[in-house]
Amino acid sequence: MPLLDIQGLQKQFGGVKALDGIDFHIDEGEIVSVIGPNGAGKTSFFNVISGMFSPDSGTIVFDGDHVAGHLPNEITKRGIARTFQNVRLFPNLTVLENVMVGQHCRTKQGLFGTIFQTKAEKAEEEMIETISKEILSFFGTRLSGYRHDQPAFVLSYANRRRLEIARAMATMPKLLLLDEPTAGMNPKETIELTQLIGKLRSERGITVVLIEHDMKVVRDVSDRVVVLDHGVKIAEGDYEAVSTNEDVIEAYLGRPTGDTDD
Amino acid sequence: MRPDRYSRKWGVVAGIVVAFIGAIGMLDSFNNRMMISPILSLGYIALFLPIAVFGYLAARGEVNILEEPRRNVAEGAAKGGTAGFIAGLVAVAFMVVTNPYNLNEFFPNINSAMYEIMTFALGLGIGSVVLIAALAGVGALGGALYGVGDQMRGGILRAVGWILGMALFELVISDIIDVREIVRLIYARGGGLQVWSALVIGGLAWWLSVRYKGKSAQFSEMAKTSEAGSRLRYSLIGLGILLLVFLPMLVGGIVNELLINVALFILMGLGLNIVVGLAGLLDLGYVAFFAVGAYGMAVLTSPLSPTLAPMLNWWVALPIVMILATIAGILVGTPVIRMRGDYLAIVTLGFGEIVRILLLSDWLTPFFGGAQGITRIPGVVTGPVSISGTSPELFIYMTMIFVAIAAYISYRAQNSRVGRAWAAMREDEDVAEAIGISTVQAKLLAFVLGAVIASFAGALFSAKVGTVFTNSFDVLVSIIILVVVIVGGMGSIRGVAFGALMLIGVLGGPKSQGLLTEFSEFKLLIYGGILVYMMLRRPEGLLPSVRRSRELHAEEAEQDAWLDRTGEFVAEDAEEATT
Repeated sequence: MPLLDIQGLQKQFGGVKALDGIDFHIDEGEIVSVIGPNGAGKTSFFNVISGMFSPDSGTIVFDGDHVAGHLPNEITKRGIARTFQNVRLFPNLTVLENVMVGQHCRTKQGLFGTIFQTKAEKAEEEMIETISKEILSFFGTRLSGYRHDQPAFVLSYANRRRLEIARAMATMPKLLLLDEPTAGMNPKETIELTQLIGKLRSERGITVVLIEHDMKVVRDVSDRVVVLDHGVKIAEGDYEAVSTNEDVIEAYLGRPTGDTDD
Repeated sequence: MRPDRYSRKWGVVAGIVVAFIGAIGMLDSFNNRMMISPILSLGYIALFLPIAVFGYLAARGEVNILEEPRRNVAEGAAKGGTAGFIAGLVAVAFMVVTNPYNLNEFFPNINSAMYEIMTFALGLGIGSVVLIAALAGVGALGGALYGVGDQMRGGILRAVGWILGMALFELVISDIIDVREIVRLIYARGGGLQVWSALVIGGLAWWLSVRYKGKSAQFSEMAKTSEAGSRLRYSLIGLGILLLVFLPMLVGGIVNELLINVALFILMGLGLNIVVGLAGLLDLGYVAFFAVGAYGMAVLTSPLSPTLAPMLNWWVALPIVMILATIAGILVGTPVIRMRGDYLAIVTLGFGEIVRILLLSDWLTPFFGGAQGITRIPGVVTGPVSISGTSPELFIYMTMIFVAIAAYISYRAQNSRVGRAWAAMREDEDVAEAIGISTVQAKLLAFVLGAVIASFAGALFSAKVGTVFTNSFDVLVSIIILVVVIVGGMGSIRGVAFGALMLIGVLGGPKSQGLLTEFSEFKLLIYGGILVYMMLRRPEGLLPSVRRSRELHAEEAEQDAWLDRTGEFVAEDAEEATT
């Protein structure tokens, strides 16, 4: 049984069909890229899965449960985390706090424990901090040490993207939706992030769906590629199959002029 | 010689300010209060102080952070004097224009009393000349202040500050000293400092400032960093608490009364601070919860409660009031849960008024007494003693206990899982929801916690006053609490306390007088002025929380960070090149 199974997903904004009957599935441990031209409905696809919009019709089955139309926080709690295309951190919280807040849905101490400083509360706070630091150490030294106490807005662009992934990881997801994780990064950073996505699966056991424009990244990380155009899935398969597909070349990749370029 | 641009600008502004404070009657009503007896009244301070400030600004001219400011006494005095001279011209023009007409109907305060003060009772002719000369002189002093060295300026400002402070807080200080002979040494019989005691105070402040120049900064630095410093800090905090405990015994009934008002506003401020400062929900109807606490307590304890009168003990009734407040918090919170920003503010504003109007309505009058209110509410009966407003020395401790509880809850909540969820929600609600925070829960929790704390204030208020009427709960109260929080510093506990102390304690609350009774007539004006100034210059409040001031100065910090980063990038690259 696939981890995420989507059937006939539709979402319409006014007269625009952002998603027009999409079928999609991903197995546990897979990395799938979603590509397509601007306005193809990629981000809408993520927004519907993560519950920020509810679909007009169609089913979303995650881990055996129907989740279509649930609130985002419930969906996150079930194990789907996401990042945003235009990095949306909590800029005035510190780096560490940004990750700590990600564990909200995995912890449970309320006001009572806080006010009376119960043992359980102290233990939980300590655990949150330990786990958060451990997650940040996943990114090497870039988000560790003195960085912990810096407000998020002072981070460089690439570090913000990393921190957003760290925050999503803190929700302990089974499935991670990355919306253009390498956008705005330089080539070196892009390579690093590509490796990191691989590590998410190999070390953390997280299944990943990513929206990506950089075809090098798509080629390097994905087991499977799904191509959207005008809210419709126009192709699916491994990178080789998709990149040579006539429809995909027509709609998105374009024909190489002269030298082949990947 | 053509006057400098800034002298002209600030001179005209200063003149308009003088005309304005004359026209609203401030000069006249302040003139009855002596500051330094018998030579200087508060009225003349209100007249001269703005001129000195604008003179200073004129001498400062354009602020350019890249250049070392030019400080020259003669030049400063000339610029400030020019500004003062222009201000004098404007003020005289104002008098000359208004004098021939009878403006009593529109501006009742533009009257002979005002002219008399502004012309030093010398008649319009000679008086005008004297006024211009005086303002020019004061402006020159303000300008010269800019010109003198840092040390000198610090000393002078401290001296002036101490003299003004000692004079303004005469009531408290003489209350604390409490020995008639010593009080008479400092203060004159009709109020105000003695001339020579003012000189001594000023001189002492100046001397101390020069003597310990820079030491206080060193000291606070040490207290922050070193081991011994942290011990020192704790003992200072302990000393402060001790002082708080003993203060009510030292001061008299009037000051205690005032402190109770301040404490009630600190309490409400702390509650609202949770809702607005921590969770970021702009609630303009916060007074509704205060009313729930006050009316709840009134109904439960008063024998004169119209229908239901269980006549419970205050302490027994308190948990019930808390439950009522919780219900009220949920009732107000639930319908507005999906609203944001401006819409939330408008709807909560409506709720606040609905509660007040409902209490007045025919429908609820049989339960809450309508316009008659509920009277004969007993005090807080604790064992053999009944603590109520008639014994402010005791009641202040009641309020202090609850302020301490509220402060502790705020402090804990701020740095907890719940507090982080609030902070996340305040920063970006959609994302908070997307990373697994139930914003519905978080918002309701903030509303309920805020409501319960306000109900404490309400319960204390009704026990203190002994009666509740709906007019204690109008929209102005909500606004004032919000102003306290904003001026003090959103999200900051000590900020709220400080804000309440300054605004409610010194200027006066919506229904109560502050320490400066002369200000009560103008307090809303001053509130407004402070609020505008704060929004322009110090939006994070007087004693801000770190996070809030980060938020409001994010732009500057981002620029700094960019500067840092350009350096850091190089370091990072170099680091990677070596590996």
